[in-house]
Formats: sequence, C-alpha cells, structure tokens
Amino acid sequence: MSECVIRTEHLTRYFGTKRIVFDLNLSVPRGSVFGLLGRNGSGKTTSLRMILGLLAPSWGRSWVFGEESGRLSPETRARIGYLAEGHPVYGWMRVADAHAYQSQFYPQWNSDLFYSVLKFFRVDPKTRARNLSRGERTGLCLAMTLAPEPDLLILDDPAIGLDPVARRSLLESMVHASRKADRTIVFSSHLLADIERMADHIAVLDYSVLRAQCSLDTFRSCVQCFVLSFSSPPPPPPPAVRGLIQCVVRGRELRLTLVNVTQETLSVLRRMGPAEMREVPISLEDAFVSYLGGSMENVRPEESSKGVEMPGGVP
Amino acid sequence: MALDIIVSTGSTVPMYRQICDQVCRAIATGQLSAGEQLPSVRALAEELVLNPNTVGRAYAELIREGALEGQQGKGVFVAERRTIYTKAERLRRLDGRLEAFVSDGLHLGFTPEELREALDRKLQRLEAASGKGAVRE
Repeated sequence: MSECVIRTEHLTRYFGTKRIVFDLNLSVPRGSVFGLLGRNGSGKTTSLRMILGLLAPSWGRSWVFGEESGRLSPETRARIGYLAEGHPVYGWMRVADAHAYQSQFYPQWNSDLFYSVLKFFRVDPKTRARNLSRGERTGLCLAMTLAPEPDLLILDDPAIGLDPVARRSLLESMVHASRKADRTIVFSSHLLADIERMADHIAVLDYSVLRAQCSLDTFRSCVQCFVLSFSSPPPPPPPAVRGLIQCVVRGRELRLTLVNVTQETLSVLRRMGPAEMREVPISLEDAFVSYLGGSMENVRPEESSKGVEMPGGVP
Repeated sequence: MALDIIVSTGSTVPMYRQICDQVCRAIATGQLSAGEQLPSVRALAEELVLNPNTVGRAYAELIREGALEGQQGKGVFVAERRTIYTKAERLRRLDGRLEAFVSDGLHLGFTPEELREALDRKLQRLEAASGKGAVRE
C-alpha cells in the first residue's frame, strides 16, 4: 500500500440534526488523481473542508501529510493548493493586484506559471476580478492555486459552470499539473467524462455515506451487466441474487446490473432458467447511475456495507 | 508516421483499452511499422487530455502483449512481429471476434454470402492501404 497523503477516520459532521458526512474513512494515495463523486448534497464539499481544517468535524479525525487537519502547520498549509467551490475572488481587485496580494502569503510562488495559466484561459491581467467571465474566473483561481506549486491540489468541483472550451483548458491544466512527480490531485465532479479522463482512483459518496473507494478500473470491472432472455415473461429475480443494483424488464429480457459478481451469483442467475444469458458491456456513466440510482431495495445506504461494497485500496 | 488516436468518454470500452485497440490497428494496417517510436506517455497524455497513468497502463499492456517494446531510457517502440500467443490462444481470440461478426451480420439481415464478400473487401482494402500485405497469413 502506497503512502497516503490524506487519511480520515470516522469523519462525521452534522449541521443541527442534519447528517452531512457520516463515518468517512478515506485514504488518498500519494501521487494519485483522486476523483470524489457523488450527487448534490452528498457531503463532498463538507468532507473537503474538514480535511483542510476549515471546518471542525462533529467527531472523527483526519490528517493531511501526517498532520491533524485542525492543527496544520503553516509549512504544511503552504503545500496545499485549494480551489474552493464556486471560485470566489475579490471582485474589486484587478487580476494583477490579486496576484500581487496572494503571492505575499507564500514562501515560493511561480509567477511564470501564474501568467501562463492566465494566458491559457485568456485572462487579461488588467481586468477587475468581478468583470471576469465564469471561465476566466476559473482561470484566475486555478492560476492562484497552482502558482505556489503545491504538493497536494484540492479542487472542489472545478468544472462547475464552464463552457466546453474552458472545461478542456481546465483538464489540460490538470494533466499538466500531474506532471510534477508525487503531486496528488483530489477533485470533485459530477462530470463522468472528466472523471474518466482524469481520475485513477475514485470515492463515491451517497447520502453522506462512502459507498465505494477503489481504483477507477476496479469500479468498472466490479459493476457488470447481464441480459437474461426468457421464452416467456421473465420471473422477478430471486432475493438470493447478491449485489443486484438494478433490474430492468424489457419484454422477455431481464437486464440485471450487479456488483462483485461471483461464480455463486452466476449460478443463481442460471437457475432462473433463462434461454440465454450474456454479459453486455457497460459505460462508466451507466455503471455509476445504476450504482447510485437506487431503484432496487437492497441498495439503500444502510445496507451498503454488506452486499454491495467495493473492494477498497489500490489494485 | 503520425499516430492518430481518438479516445471518447462515455464508451463501454475503458480509456486504456481504446488506446490499445487503436495502436494495434495502426500496427495491423501498417500505419505504424516495426521499430517506429511512439510518443512518450506524458506527450500522449497531454495530447489526448488524459491521466498519464492511463496512457502508461495502455503502453504496459501493449508491451505485455508483445505489440510494443520498451527500451530503457529511450522510449517505447513498435515491436518486431513475432507470435506471442499460442496457436490455441490466437484461435480462441479470433473465434470471439468472428462470433460477434457473424451474429451481428446475420442479425442485420445479411446473407452468409454477403458477409463473406464484406470480409474479403475489408481485407483487400487493408492490404491496399498498407501496400505490403500487412495482414498476416
């Protein structure tokens, strides 16, 4: 197991009586590009804020570079680049002023890198920050996040609201940022295409609960889809089918999406007596939607720890 | 020769597999010839806007399959042609593809004769494209 840059243990946060993050155990390996996935309100931003020490957990603990999140030393903080959700900027500052201001806080600051990111997003340094377009503002925030050359990049939904061109620029910047050996990038996103391009590891949050944590390849290979054809209307799948996450009836065909399929699962399916049974390939997006869609009884988060948990760790 | 690889997200084929398939096809059609150098992992990752690990994984897989060769410190090259699978394994792999081809073809309403002709035309076109009979007999 490789060294972990971020580690959390039972990290939990309530806002009032509302549970936002529950019992989160996360390990982010050094050098990985780690995609945090989950629907709106699943606790991604809150988790990141606790990891960064910006928000105290209700209970549980977390560490970044081995230091506890609530007590990060200035030296360790300087190694972390954080792109906050929504890309906040000081509206009254000109871009060049923002650069001058921000750079004061860091022992090392790469101005060339800052201006090359700006150029990439076609940001004019003379513009006032509040007059920047959405994409330009992302460019400014990203430039400010990258210029201190952090060892850990935390990007909270960086692609939000970007047009396709700006989004591509963002991804290109991320690929470029991943050049630095040992740099770890954690990013949250709803865009499966971006996850597919960028992430090698993922964590899936659902209703405040961590549902999966594994490599992207593992996730893909664990979610499989089988089509069973019957000569008469198909029977409902027996409850004995473990890891069933979605079941669609199409005429005389039963389309089952399953997690962690074993030989035993396959023989249960065969015992249903289909005329034909075949595996069909499934896209990452379909796998993800089936995984979180929750159309079947047994995918409720309460039971997730039993039947449908993904193997953790690296392959 | 320039290597044109196009990857698409949302496919049922994982990213690294898409790269593997296209490199194999480029070799099979003679677009890439033995000894030719491939772009570095980093360069291809930047070109395709992909996690470099994905490209690295594709190259590793192709090296394992014997399509490419890694030369310490120099880069990755197209391997000299050699048989890496046993005959039985090659037949097994071919059979899988044939199965799909035949069943899809018949499903689409083509006659066996038309399928044979389509296959012939395809092979002829590949041979013409590579100009030197890249298709192994």
